[in-house]
Amino acid sequence: MSEQTIEIPRRESSILRAIKSVALLRESAVGMVGLAIVLFWVLVALFADLLAPFPPNATIMPLVMPGTEAPDGGMFLLGTDHIGRDILSRIMHGARQVLIYGPLATVCAYSVGIPMGLAAGYVGGLTDEVLSFIANVILSFPVLVLYVIIIATIGASAVNIVIAVTFASAPGIMRIVRGLVLDLRSREYVFAAQTRGEPPWRIMAVEILPNARGPLIVDACLRLGYVIITIGVLGFLGLGLPPPDPDWGGMINETRQMAMAFPHMALFPCLAISSLVLGFNLLADGLREVSLRD
Amino acid sequence: MSTNGKDYDGPILECKDLSISYFTRAGEIPAVVDFNLTLRQGDSVGLVGESGCGKSTVAMAIMQYMGNNGGIVGGSIVYKGRDLATLSEEELRQLRGNEIAMVYQEPMAALNPSMTLGRQLMEVPLCHEDINEEEAYSRAIKILADVHLPDPERVMSSYPHQISGGQQQRVVIAMALLSNPSLLLLDEPTTALDVTVEAGIIELIAEIAKKFHTSMIYISHNLGLILATCDRVNVMYSGQVVEEGTVDEVFDHMRHPYTKGLFSAIPLPGADKTARPLVPIRGQLPLPHERPPGCYFGPRCDHFAEGSCNSGLIQMTSVSGEAGHGVRCCRWDDIDWDAYRPEGVGGATITQGERVLSINKMRKYYEIHDNSIAALIKGNRVRYVKANESISFEAMESQTVAIVGESGCGKSTFAKVLMGLETATDGEVVFKGEDVSNYPVQKRTPKQVGSVQMVFQNPFDTLNPSHSVGAQLARVIRKFGVESDKHKIEHRVMELLDLVKLPRDFARRRPRQLSGGQKQRVGIARAFAGNPSMVVADEPVSALDVSVQAAVTGLLMDIQREFRTTLLFISHDLSLVRYLADRVVVMYLGHIVEQGTTDEVFSPPYHPYTEALLSAVPIADTSIEKKRIILEGNLPSVINPPKGCPFNTRCQRKLGSICETEDPPFVEDASGHVISCHIPMEELRKVEPVIKMHKEEDQPAAE
Repeated sequence: MSEQTIEIPRRESSILRAIKSVALLRESAVGMVGLAIVLFWVLVALFADLLAPFPPNATIMPLVMPGTEAPDGGMFLLGTDHIGRDILSRIMHGARQVLIYGPLATVCAYSVGIPMGLAAGYVGGLTDEVLSFIANVILSFPVLVLYVIIIATIGASAVNIVIAVTFASAPGIMRIVRGLVLDLRSREYVFAAQTRGEPPWRIMAVEILPNARGPLIVDACLRLGYVIITIGVLGFLGLGLPPPDPDWGGMINETRQMAMAFPHMALFPCLAISSLVLGFNLLADGLREVSLRD
Repeated sequence: MSTNGKDYDGPILECKDLSISYFTRAGEIPAVVDFNLTLRQGDSVGLVGESGCGKSTVAMAIMQYMGNNGGIVGGSIVYKGRDLATLSEEELRQLRGNEIAMVYQEPMAALNPSMTLGRQLMEVPLCHEDINEEEAYSRAIKILADVHLPDPERVMSSYPHQISGGQQQRVVIAMALLSNPSLLLLDEPTTALDVTVEAGIIELIAEIAKKFHTSMIYISHNLGLILATCDRVNVMYSGQVVEEGTVDEVFDHMRHPYTKGLFSAIPLPGADKTARPLVPIRGQLPLPHERPPGCYFGPRCDHFAEGSCNSGLIQMTSVSGEAGHGVRCCRWDDIDWDAYRPEGVGGATITQGERVLSINKMRKYYEIHDNSIAALIKGNRVRYVKANESISFEAMESQTVAIVGESGCGKSTFAKVLMGLETATDGEVVFKGEDVSNYPVQKRTPKQVGSVQMVFQNPFDTLNPSHSVGAQLARVIRKFGVESDKHKIEHRVMELLDLVKLPRDFARRRPRQLSGGQKQRVGIARAFAGNPSMVVADEPVSALDVSVQAAVTGLLMDIQREFRTTLLFISHDLSLVRYLADRVVVMYLGHIVEQGTTDEVFSPPYHPYTEALLSAVPIADTSIEKKRIILEGNLPSVINPPKGCPFNTRCQRKLGSICETEDPPFVEDASGHVISCHIPMEELRKVEPVIKMHKEEDQPAAE
């Protein structure tokens, strides 16, 4: 104790630790496939301007089958739609929309659902009853009807989609968090924090929440997939992003009357949605698999 | 098959050079190495060792139940002349439950909660023998009577949750005995139970071994239980049997340094914290893939000799003159145990200072709101759980006060009130001159909060797995206002790690990188971060391995001595309490039934409950003779406690109706020894001591 030279060991940076935990995912083949699909779409979205052969909203040559040569050189790899826009370019730019608003909506839903769940689970009593009641009321609505009502009321725009998804998903997130908190709050380290007089918000945020992160990360991945489907569905119902900007759901909707004759117009956006959702689901499976192993 | 199997008169079970490994991501992990065991009809053998020594793996291998990543990599297990490895899955199924039965640690997990006990019991003979339902029913009823369950018919129609933990374990044992197995494996069958309930189960196991001539393998970490149930014992360490022999040979003339170390590390009646302190085994168990060459115990052994101890696998050798007593040590004959005087973790006696804590008639009731319609009609919508009733006692500076009692006695509630997590319903809790009974922790000053801190029970739960050890200690220091400057805080963290004898670079480690004992040391450091004048230790070592228990206990006492802290030690382990407490408070169902100095409580006059509790504690000493008192019945509910004396429903010395109607008086003698009982003190004084040493030990115990 009398030694004056106290060597304070440095802890490794949090970035390094994050990389290490991603490296763990290598042990799960399923997770790696999921990660590859997701990364593929992220790269496509990031470099859509460079990769896309045509501008997404340019009308060039209507109703062309995949593989047709374009008039001024190049090729419509996935064909064009009814007003002559290149489908590949639209899908690439559409990925950008999905990968911005999907995660954004999920993050918003979590930032509402987590505090609610923490409060309901940790404080309990009346707080729990009120919050759980609200959650049950929202959850008892058919989700689709809920979306339609919300969007119809506040109008179709990117921000409103985020609001609608947040409103509909937060109760489910709250329930998951609440369940995790109920388990974690009886741990002795929580008890120790209470006995040293820590304020409740600190116990919730610092002592409990970090230990719930495992299941929450897995859930976030799954939920991200569902949010992407939701954005697609809203687009299909005409409640998505306003035209003419490319939106996967909207692309399917606009072309569905001609889908019998020109299936490629609806098929490729469909494949885009399902591959991305599949990617997130596989990633979630992989994360769960890795986290369950010791 | 089962009939000719049961006429067999050779050894029931023979394990020859058995080696078992688990295969994991990290590669092959040898769990059991070179295990030999011969079990004859009616033999009972104890496997004793600490966690991770491979004792449960042996049991699983005998059941051929290794899971998908375990396997026998060498040697054989021969059951009644048949090598178990050669049997088909169908033949094994015939064997399991019928010829080889197992009793597990957790009775609630061993019984199916959605089936009546009767169904589950009848399944065993119905599945293995060609009999009808009526016969199975009568067999089940008979076996339930054999395990001394009252009212077998009612038990048959009950579900597992409707009977108590002790009764559940009796049902599990009954189920194991139903088809009259030749071999019974018991894996820590009483670890999840209270001491007084455990005593009943242990007596039952000893009785059935005699009555049914069943061969038994009893797995435990508790040497006292092995003494009470077994004829022979195998001491295991890190996958190997290090010593084997009859219980008398191993307990009285142990040869292996590890066995010797175990016995010096547990608080036997002769131990004393000043004169004959416990001797911890230094270091910790090696991980299976980090075992040293040669003797696995080498790095922790005081008799380690370079060249002989680390040059290849040590073989089991027979101790000359004692057939059947083997020891896996190459130096057992060279060690002069008489000259060996290891340094214990005791210290000088400390003088007690002034009064720190004074509890005066403290009561804690919890309200339960009953919203059922029946309760609405009757008008008794609020009922009370009387967790603490009239608690009064005092604690002095640098004194160790032990609160003893079984689960549900209210000791944890009391700790919560003291820590300010609950407020008292009535009465006073005077801490350093201030009544804090109505101050929840948020209303206490940081200094007040810092001066009463707690050490928790479960090392795996006591530290937050998400934060580094250093960050958690730093938070406490900042919170209690000990230091506020960042560098001073880090300095203080290092000091605390030094205090609990942990390396400084543990500050950046995460809790999962620490062993149980190390985590518990961090827990102690955390409790002492705010320079507390009182520390409440709630079963601080009960979840630790025997060899680390002594070290952690010693550390706690050292720090207490250095800072003159008052230690409130909550425990059910009476051996440990006798060893380290100055005063003892015995609680039952929220009441204090007896309190006094340790000597007063551990010798007559006793409260009848103290007497029963003392007799229930297993003691690993062959020279000790104990009175056997087995309590009848279950612990009453705290919602509906018995009238009069709380102990009257189970008391072995009940006087009569007065016990059921009137609260017992607190009878206090001149020195402050208080007993709450209707039986006159003169009568209680005549009671014989529970524990007697009937032969002289090598050296006189400091009494």
